[in-house]
Amino acid sequence: MSATVPAAPGGSTARAGAARTADSAVTGRPPRGRPRASDRARAEARLGWYLAGPAFVVMLAVTAYPILQAVYESLFRFRLTAPDERSFAGFGNYAVILTDGVFWRALWVTLLITVVTVVIELVLGFALALVMHKAITSLRGILRTAILVPYGIITVVSAFAWFYAFDITSGFVNQWFDWVPGISSDLNWFAQQGTSLFVIIASEVWKTTPFISLLLLAGLAQVPGELDEAAAVDGATWWQRLRRVTIPNMKAAIMVAVLFRALDAFRIFDNVFIMTNGANGTEVLSLLAYRQSISRLEIGLGSALSVLLFLCVIGISVAAVKFFKVDLAGARGER
Amino acid sequence: MRRRRRAVAAAAALATTGVLAACGGESGTPVLTWYTNPDAGGQARIAAECTDEAAGEYRIEVATLPRDASSQREQLARRLAASDSSIDLMSLDPPFIPEFANAGFLAPVPEEVAGRVSEGVVEAALAGATWEDELVAVPFWANTQLLWYRVSVAEAAGLDMTQPVTWDQLIEVAAAEDVVLGVQGTKAESLTVWINALVASAGGEIVTDPEAEADAVELGLDSDAGREAARIMGEIGDQGLGGPGLPTADENASLSVFQGDRGSFMVNWPFVYTATLGAVEAGTLDAELVDDIGWAMYPQVREGEQARPPYGGINIGVGAFSEHVDLAFAAAECITTPERQAEYFVSDGNPPSSTEAYDDPAVQEEFPMADLIRESLENGAPRPQTPYYNEVSAGLQETWHPPADVSPDSTPQRATDLITAVLRGEQLL
Repeated sequence: MSATVPAAPGGSTARAGAARTADSAVTGRPPRGRPRASDRARAEARLGWYLAGPAFVVMLAVTAYPILQAVYESLFRFRLTAPDERSFAGFGNYAVILTDGVFWRALWVTLLITVVTVVIELVLGFALALVMHKAITSLRGILRTAILVPYGIITVVSAFAWFYAFDITSGFVNQWFDWVPGISSDLNWFAQQGTSLFVIIASEVWKTTPFISLLLLAGLAQVPGELDEAAAVDGATWWQRLRRVTIPNMKAAIMVAVLFRALDAFRIFDNVFIMTNGANGTEVLSLLAYRQSISRLEIGLGSALSVLLFLCVIGISVAAVKFFKVDLAGARGER
Repeated sequence: MRRRRRAVAAAAALATTGVLAACGGESGTPVLTWYTNPDAGGQARIAAECTDEAAGEYRIEVATLPRDASSQREQLARRLAASDSSIDLMSLDPPFIPEFANAGFLAPVPEEVAGRVSEGVVEAALAGATWEDELVAVPFWANTQLLWYRVSVAEAAGLDMTQPVTWDQLIEVAAAEDVVLGVQGTKAESLTVWINALVASAGGEIVTDPEAEADAVELGLDSDAGREAARIMGEIGDQGLGGPGLPTADENASLSVFQGDRGSFMVNWPFVYTATLGAVEAGTLDAELVDDIGWAMYPQVREGEQARPPYGGINIGVGAFSEHVDLAFAAAECITTPERQAEYFVSDGNPPSSTEAYDDPAVQEEFPMADLIRESLENGAPRPQTPYYNEVSAGLQETWHPPADVSPDSTPQRATDLITAVLRGEQLL
């Protein structure tokens, strides 16, 4: 069966990349080595720099500079209210953080929230994307708008809405769902770790599933219809077509969705800050960094935590790219 | 295209008029910016009154700070660390005053001003505005907690509320009558307020040498007073006497429990009285409730030993980097006259720091418990007056939450270890 389904190459040939050179269009593969670039290719490269250059400079100013400053500050013991007592600490701040159970607990909670939300959102988001993709034209607009509403709400606002819904004094959830075993008017959702994390994760899923489903919808739209039709003609079931035709063809879109969401979820702050402020073992890394640098005004410790957070984020990106074995340049149709 | 060009032109025109408007007008009159905590509009009104009174000498403009005290501190501290000269006057929560004074963020109070503004001020407010034996801020309003009770519950339990009551009596009544005690067990500043009042009422101190350097601060928690405080909090938490909402209960949550069917006794700030009257007026609460509410002095920890109720409020600090320090102190004196404090009490429900203001007939009429508030303030215990208050408070919250897990044998020791390690820079918070 699988032999009859046409195998889809990494960068689908159906997509004609605008930047593709005449040479590679003929063979479908870039030539090995680095041949002398044609005038046109060089002009294109120059145009590329003209277009992206200003943005690149701005990125350096607003991203690279603060990151480097944070790395520098992290080597000092420095409290904002005592600027004269600043002293060089080397990697002392990192040692304090890495030997403290508070950091590892926060890292664990952050990872838990990241993995659980991304998995749930990927499944839900894919289902929603399929619904949006298949919806009849007259319904499509309304459906997309409806699905996107949560994503349009500011995170702090949605965090407050969820907080008040579950709050023991003002919430309605306990009244509405008291027929569910375990839920009664005496259940204080924000008094234990498990229930607090449940609400935090639920709110996060509600809020950002639309984002993931939008990215997946874009991926779905890129899958050539004829592949699906061919598989159907060959007698593939719906499930087989989904697993062997649709999903392999939108691997790049899935990776982008997972990567963006994982990075986003890893930096979770608003929901936890509003709902528990880190009580009952719900402290996440961003909140820990906030507490050191903003509340305690300990710039050195806070910077060291931010640098560690940054390294984790880089780690996730590298892992995601390696795991999906997708070349983002290939996804754009450059090869 | 043409439409867009017109829009750009309109925006440019708007921007220019804005700039012109800012430049023109009352040029020459120095503008003092007063960073205020959010209230019912009283501070903005006072600012306008003092601007009128100054007759062109200065003009006060109000800038509103975030809602909770720790965010107010964060914003002010970050601005002051960058030597922000736009901060002339600021409404400061007393626990953060030592930190600001120690960092040199507050302009020194001139001697004659200090003499005038500390006259006839309740004891706790004076202590809260002092750092290293010098007045560093101008006392404005002073807050304290009272013991609010439901008359019907006290009667049913046979408790004589004309005499001071103890926490143990309240625990006994709550357990026997199956009612809920209104205390603040949420992991926030209000938990520290409760811990401090318990420790101080037991005759102890959380920080024994508040003026010490960070790595030398010594705590007095691991003492009989600290253990007694932990015992009371632990019993209330463990027996569920604070209700299921205790681990997340702030002042507002305690108030709604107190107003409910199982309400009994509550320690809380005087705003609860105005809030309840307001709710009755709006029709969301029964009018009979008001007659069922009584007030008494904060509960004692040890029978016969005067309680040390919490002290809060706002003092006015003058920014060290202000360009108009003299005018700012003149404005601070104008803001904090006893008459204005009395008016502010009536309009916004925040009690005065001046003892004289309590004799104002309007105050006496509006707040039947005014004399009790003054007495409570005279006995009030400020929270630890250390520049590292934020670490002390956060460390307490980390170790004394949830109340059900508080134990006299381990909690005070754990809190001491954590806070000293954090202050030495050996642990995160």
